[in-house]
Amino acid sequence: MKAMIEIEAVAKQFCLHNQGGAVIPVLSGAELSVKPGECVALTGSSGAGKSTLMRMIYGNYVTQSGRILIGGLDVARAEPREILALRRQVLGYVSQFLRVVPRVPTRDVVAEPLLALGVPADEARARAEALLERLRIPQRLWQLSPTTFSGGEQQRVNIARGFVHPYPALLLDEPTASLDPVNRETVLCLIDEAKARGAAIVGIFHDAPARARVADREIDVGRFTPGWAA
Amino acid sequence: MTPLFSVRDLRKTYGGRIGCTDVSFDLYPGEVMGIVGESGSGKSTLLNCLAGHLAPDAGQVFYDTRHSGMLDTLRMAEPERRMLGRTDWAFVHQNARDGLRMSVSAGGNVGERLMAVGARHYGQIRAAATDWLGRVEIDAGRIDDRPSAFSGGMQQRLQIARNLVTGPRLVFMDEPTGGLDVSVQARLLDLLRGLVRDMGLSAIIVTHDLAVVRLLADRLMVMKGGHVVESGLTDQVLDDPQHGYTQLLVSSVLQA
Repeated sequence: MKAMIEIEAVAKQFCLHNQGGAVIPVLSGAELSVKPGECVALTGSSGAGKSTLMRMIYGNYVTQSGRILIGGLDVARAEPREILALRRQVLGYVSQFLRVVPRVPTRDVVAEPLLALGVPADEARARAEALLERLRIPQRLWQLSPTTFSGGEQQRVNIARGFVHPYPALLLDEPTASLDPVNRETVLCLIDEAKARGAAIVGIFHDAPARARVADREIDVGRFTPGWAA
Repeated sequence: MTPLFSVRDLRKTYGGRIGCTDVSFDLYPGEVMGIVGESGSGKSTLLNCLAGHLAPDAGQVFYDTRHSGMLDTLRMAEPERRMLGRTDWAFVHQNARDGLRMSVSAGGNVGERLMAVGARHYGQIRAAATDWLGRVEIDAGRIDDRPSAFSGGMQQRLQIARNLVTGPRLVFMDEPTGGLDVSVQARLLDLLRGLVRDMGLSAIIVTHDLAVVRLLADRLMVMKGGHVVESGLTDQVLDDPQHGYTQLLVSSVLQA
């Protein structure tokens, strides 16, 4: 089966122009291939570059060399509008942070990815509500902006946003980090269901039992630390 | 897909001083581009050159017109360019007073732009004005009030209604949320986001507020000393800036 996410010979360094031009090499020779229906966990110590690699796959960080192919598009070279179209249709991302316009109700925050795809508003809201219900966000909160929610509630809103559209490729940054056991179980089920429908998933899980349950393989990002091996 | 708006090697100088230079980009239908930079970086000069308010010294500004495709707006006949400014293009000023007629009622401000493109039926004009006041969240009961009786946030929303009533395809905005308090800013941003999405608008937004571009713009151009020093996907430029100046700009934002 053809890979959905394919990373070849990727390198990354940060150059801090205002701190004496310090150059910090983070990754070199990174390789990764994820097939539809597969979940690959990125592991490695703090600072190994897990989040950096994930952000590069999303097009959020610049990739200086190598290729990052997602459904055939090289994110490392693509135009902004191509990356945005990819994010709308193909590539979902559940980050650890919720960034929203303050007054937008939670239900609309979750429905937004569907509205951007042209799904009729009624259907988009209904699908958003179904997910919020499944993630146990009380109905009385749906009309409120999630900016004042607790950490765990915000995280579940983020998860709902990431799962409301069946993205063929999905990036998950600590999806179970601040959740109680019941909600954690729901999120793990959502991940299993996404795999079953053929989503290719790259995740970072500090929660080792969760990782063992959903990940088919682990990749130690420390292998790609420049000057470490090879 | 062909670009809606295409700029090549644009240059504007004030005597020996550079306003902006070597600016080239393509804007596609539905795309929102932010232009950021400090005061004096040339971003407003650039916006005014793009919108035809200032005559650049060199370069081309192509626009995909409805009737005859890509035309260089700098070489268009004046009446044709004015028509573009009344129909397909819109310009939202930082100061609503610059974009509104303060002695004319709110409904008149919206209706005037319709009349400029040939609308004559009073009932229909008033109905369109009422509809647009609603869309920008101004109570229909205020339709006969003058904008001088409106708050700053309401004036800005009225200016947006006046600009969008003719169904433009390209909107230029100069610091649209400047001078408004934060709660009003959030409301305006949410409104603009919805309008841009629902109408499929393309927009070019000049601002020095990085939070505004993060929420509104798909892509970003960073200007310094009249030059574009960095451009790309908005979150990429803000989260992984490559140019020293952009790094300084991003790291200088105070965390609330």
